[in-house]
Amino acid sequence: MRVLVIGAGVAGLTAAHAFAERGCTVRIVERGEALGAASCSRFAGGMLAPWCERESAEETVVELGQEALAYWPKIHPATLRHGSLVVAPRRDEREIDRFARRTTRHRLLDADGLAGLEPDLAGRFGRALYFADEAHLDPRAALPSLAGRLDAMGVPIRFGTEVTEPPPDVDLTVDCRGLAAADLLPDLRGVKGEMLVLRCPDVQLSRPVRMLHPRFPLYIVPRGDGLFMVGATMIESAERARVTARSVVELLNAAYALHPAFGEAELVEIGADARPAFPDNLPRVRRIGDRLFLNGLYRHGFLLSPAVARIAAEFALEGKQVQGITEAGGGKE
Amino acid sequence: MEVYGTKLTSRLLLGTSQYPSPAILADAVKAAGSDVVTVSLRRESGVERAGQGFWSLIRSLGVKVLPNTAGCHTVKEAVATAQMAREVFGTPWIKLEVIGNHDTLQPDPFALVEAAGILTRDGFQVFPYTTDDLIVAEKLVEAGCQVLMPWGAPIGSGKGLNNRFALRSMRAHFPDVPLVVDAGIGLPSHAADAMELGYDAILLNTAVAKAGDPVRMAEAFRHAVEAGRLAFEADPMEPRDMAAPSTPVLGTAFRS
Repeated sequence: MRVLVIGAGVAGLTAAHAFAERGCTVRIVERGEALGAASCSRFAGGMLAPWCERESAEETVVELGQEALAYWPKIHPATLRHGSLVVAPRRDEREIDRFARRTTRHRLLDADGLAGLEPDLAGRFGRALYFADEAHLDPRAALPSLAGRLDAMGVPIRFGTEVTEPPPDVDLTVDCRGLAAADLLPDLRGVKGEMLVLRCPDVQLSRPVRMLHPRFPLYIVPRGDGLFMVGATMIESAERARVTARSVVELLNAAYALHPAFGEAELVEIGADARPAFPDNLPRVRRIGDRLFLNGLYRHGFLLSPAVARIAAEFALEGKQVQGITEAGGGKE
Repeated sequence: MEVYGTKLTSRLLLGTSQYPSPAILADAVKAAGSDVVTVSLRRESGVERAGQGFWSLIRSLGVKVLPNTAGCHTVKEAVATAQMAREVFGTPWIKLEVIGNHDTLQPDPFALVEAAGILTRDGFQVFPYTTDDLIVAEKLVEAGCQVLMPWGAPIGSGKGLNNRFALRSMRAHFPDVPLVVDAGIGLPSHAADAMELGYDAILLNTAVAKAGDPVRMAEAFRHAVEAGRLAFEADPMEPRDMAAPSTPVLGTAFRS
């Protein structure tokens, strides 16, 4: 089967990989001029944290998300399985209890336990939750790793190309355009996320840390070389680039509350993009006519794309359905 | 209950932020039986109607929309947000919030009264989020507000009715103005408490949105608000210090 994948974000690349692995002849077109240039994947946190996410996400995210923990280390060996941590400022410490009640596979650490894992956080928090099985990666390194793997499998990516009508030499079009597909998916909406990249050689962290706060729950992901990604706001808006001063202040406050040395950090980047989401914030593989849509990964692009790409390929090639994810209807059906 | 000439069937008004997903929000609104939801415009809107996706989800709930000016700190911001809200949702209703302190999120009563006057003269029907201060409430009524929404406790704190005495005197002071407890409700028992005091309705958000099961909690609040209202209408007994047997002692058989 000849497959055209539209979009080279994390959804498009994982989908191309899933179809190519199953013997399809796959090619990818991407509107951006380079890998990640026009994808919201570029701004992702890269946390593979299915159990943490359960705090506000459905059980489906935990089930499907576990595939990512096996998938990414094979594609991108620099994926780090160091677990993740959840802390709260002292006056909001009860948030830890709430988070613990709503999630599983964690262990409560006291101050010494936390210091043992992250020496730079010694004495800063009385308690922490440790999710030992979780992992993280740098999205801007993981996408090229996957593109390299695809290249070796003979899957080309054509950049700077927009597709309106699929060419005739294609049997199946897999539409992974993210929010741009809202032109054909009316129930897709954007949820804006703003993020920062800080350089702070004074702080060493080995794993992502979530700061619970009743108003602004945020996370800090170490990227290596003294770089940290701080994210991310959640705003019901399809806007893609604008970052407000208020959001930057909140993100910086979270970093500063985690460790005062972040006050001296260099502000390397301020970024924003909109996540594509359906009303239940869960992904969909939807067939409309001869086009298969893979969309709605919301804030779980790297976490859910391996499973959703597999589901898409199995749905298209074997007719295998997954309750709540696969949908067929409309168009030429 | 009637506000600005509109009859409401439910006495529970729901906020729409912080839910795990819009789908869960929709189910919660259904379970709460609410016919009014409040929507924040300031943060979500951005430029060029970028919040359209969420707004159309809200409109599709089929309930009345009470836009709010959450996050506004000045009269100017609040008035501009109200005007944008009127355009987006096509309603003269506005839940007016002018925040005076970033940490406690308590209203700035001076700016609130000023903004309420400006908006009323501009044709808005203002639902002011205020403190339990009687004089501020009087000024709001003078400014044209036909409903008052005092806090129970700070926004999102879930502490219930911080000052029952003040809320009780407010009810006594404004027997004919619809009163809605807005903010601070954490549990259904808090909502029932306010309704038993004779409040006309409850507006809440976090207590439902941040519950482990928001839909079930919405249902719990629906029952609590109904129970509290029924109790108020039933004219509750007065508490007393002495036991009073529900079965007369007189005439019972000899006891050892």
